Amino acid sequence: MSATAADIQDSHDHHGPAHTGIKRWLFTTNHKDIGTLYLVFSLIMLFVGGAMALIIRAELFQPGLQFVDPDFFNQMTTLHALIMVFGMIMPAFAGFANWMIPLMIGAPDMALPRLNNWSFWLLPCAVILLASTLFMPGGAPASGWTMYPPLVLQTGDAFPFLIFAVHLLGISSIMAAINIIVTILNMRTPSMSLLQMPLFVWSWLITAYLLIAVMPVFAGGVTMLLMDQFFGTSFFQAAGGGDPVLFQHIFWFFGHPEVYIIILPSFGIISQVIPTFSRKPLFGHDAMVYATASIAFLSFIVWAHHMFTVGMPLAGQMFFMLSTMLIAIPTGVKIFNWTATMWEGSLSFETPMLFAIAFLFLFTIGGFSGLMMAMAPLDFQYHDTYFIVAHFHYVLVPGALFGAIAGCYYWLPKWTGHMYDERLGKIHFWLSAIFVNLTFFPQHFVGLAGMPRRIPDYAVQFTNFNAMSSIGAFGFGFSQLLLVYVIYKCVKSGQKATAEVWDNPEGLEWTVPSPAPHHTFDEAPLYTPRHH
Amino acid sequence: MKRFLMPIFGSLFAASTAHAAENFRTGVNLPVGVTDISSLIFDLHMFVFWICVAIGVVVFAAMIIAMIKFRKSKGAVPATWSHSTVAEIIWTVIPIFILISLAVPAARALVEIEDTRDTEMTIKITGYQWKWHYDYIGEDVNFYSSLAQSSNEARQLGSGIDPNSVENYLLDVDHPLVLPVDTKIRYLITANDVIHSWWMPAFAVKKDAIPGFINEGWFKVNEIGTYRGQCAELCGKDHGFMPIVVEVLSKADYAAWLAEQSAGVAG
Repeated sequence: MSATAADIQDSHDHHGPAHTGIKRWLFTTNHKDIGTLYLVFSLIMLFVGGAMALIIRAELFQPGLQFVDPDFFNQMTTLHALIMVFGMIMPAFAGFANWMIPLMIGAPDMALPRLNNWSFWLLPCAVILLASTLFMPGGAPASGWTMYPPLVLQTGDAFPFLIFAVHLLGISSIMAAINIIVTILNMRTPSMSLLQMPLFVWSWLITAYLLIAVMPVFAGGVTMLLMDQFFGTSFFQAAGGGDPVLFQHIFWFFGHPEVYIIILPSFGIISQVIPTFSRKPLFGHDAMVYATASIAFLSFIVWAHHMFTVGMPLAGQMFFMLSTMLIAIPTGVKIFNWTATMWEGSLSFETPMLFAIAFLFLFTIGGFSGLMMAMAPLDFQYHDTYFIVAHFHYVLVPGALFGAIAGCYYWLPKWTGHMYDERLGKIHFWLSAIFVNLTFFPQHFVGLAGMPRRIPDYAVQFTNFNAMSSIGAFGFGFSQLLLVYVIYKCVKSGQKATAEVWDNPEGLEWTVPSPAPHHTFDEAPLYTPRHH
Repeated sequence: MKRFLMPIFGSLFAASTAHAAENFRTGVNLPVGVTDISSLIFDLHMFVFWICVAIGVVVFAAMIIAMIKFRKSKGAVPATWSHSTVAEIIWTVIPIFILISLAVPAARALVEIEDTRDTEMTIKITGYQWKWHYDYIGEDVNFYSSLAQSSNEARQLGSGIDPNSVENYLLDVDHPLVLPVDTKIRYLITANDVIHSWWMPAFAVKKDAIPGFINEGWFKVNEIGTYRGQCAELCGKDHGFMPIVVEVLSKADYAAWLAEQSAGVAG
């Protein structure tokens, strides 16, 4: 009898994908396959969005216009942002969610597997739609990713395609968010309580609620733009009694939570990586959960700090300044808790840990400039300058992106069954860490000294820092090719990884073999918390 | 090729070349400015900057000490503790006090900035794609202010003109805004097409120009001189090419200038 059960178990473990070749990927409902699709797509988009950034940096290498005309420059800044935000970083974290959440909570798959397939395959459609606008009369959207009217209404034939692409991206995100919430709440192994869930799972649960709350608002806002353009409404047109600033309120009501939608999953990954390589449990696990939830809550009531210069009443400026400053408290708790996790640990510095530590330092720098900008009187000087470009790239690149890269190195052996090349990983880390600072640190200086953002050409006193920044950007961009090579090499070859991969890491994902079989946790595993 | 290598050379060996040193001197920080508000903002900026430096020193030192002291390669044995209520209360409460120490002066500054009472004259600023229009309310003087011809020629794609040879490249206009010193000036600002933003770093003034709506603010310049700024809100293809120049004159010179302008318009 027991032999039969073992046989069934055995045959199940070796049960592979239903289809082979392209059909496997088009029709897959397997969370690991879909996770892989998300991650590969995101990696491709990193280079598409990155190429656009390099066009921008090439033009800004020195004053005068050398390569592109100002309109194309604006198209590049717009598409670079849209692709990096919606095509690269959000799909990267959706990929981690798909791969790792079922493995971390002991679920056999995502709760809604067919919806899962759809939410992924909408993404390439949306991005192709968006990229196709480059070839339309009037060119791609050039109004910045913030799409402020009335400027965005001057977009050429690309306009409805922009709106439709945003709708598709939004639908994709909402479906992914629903799937993640249902999976976490319904498919978790019964022996794991909510508060026992790993921080990565918690971060994503909170992120998913943010997505469901704000994506429809954004979709509504861009639909109002569409109506203004084609159906004679005047939501945002003063001539018809509308208000252009209303759009900014709608956009940032979405846009500020969106910032946390990008960074919270990264916080989650860092909270997994640091304890593993410190060989010590995460400090203040519950406080970390509450801090994440507080950040998410605050994100709904701070949006107008993006618009201090629109001419708000004094009381409004005061409210948004003070509410924004409050965010420093839960964010501080996170930084302090990560540091306390390392304290009295036993640290080793494999590539994931290196990226996590760089995250700690550089995200904190982004946090400092964020605190400075929260102060409304100071923001009158910082707003729309390169100072803010430096700020949000510090939180997005060595913040969110380094978190994603740390997660990639951390779980790559679990995905592929091979260890990655540690030496190349470390070279990739050092190149990335040096160039990212060379790129973005000088932007603080030119911003304070008076250089506005989103300009294709600048006054000559900004030349040297811009040249540094451009050199850094090219160095950073080309360094990422090494990441592709490390991943390729790890898929194809490398030392066999054990189930645990690292030195006694905590979590259910390390109880399944490496590579994780196509189907895992057919039966709910018993979760026994190590420390709680 | 030399044109492309110069900035690399300049940035890497800044101290060794006079030209690059000249460029670096132009600033890595906010200007102190020439209004009371701009110095207030500068002081506040430096205050929060040093607070950030202090927090950074403590936090980064803790991280660095942890990385040096608790290395596995040095035989560190991991502790098993994973919370400390006292520590958590301390690092929640201390930031609250730091934030209060920042919020109070910031709120005070904000109240001062928004105090538009007792202004002595009013100008109206209108943003256009891609130039500014200035209207002296109550006087018969108004004019457009566009990018100076020398900059405009040099900034064309492949113009072959070295921007370094153009005086005040991209920061010069044909008709600067002329204003008197020591006068509390109220400005009304709007736009005719899309949103623009009038930014004068030396005055610490940045206010959006929004079509269909009128924003207001004020500044009082303490020093005679020429001040330069740019549009700060993306407004289309030539957003980078609609600078702002304000010439601040003594009250007597301003009165003479105004009389001359009025006569010119009348004639």
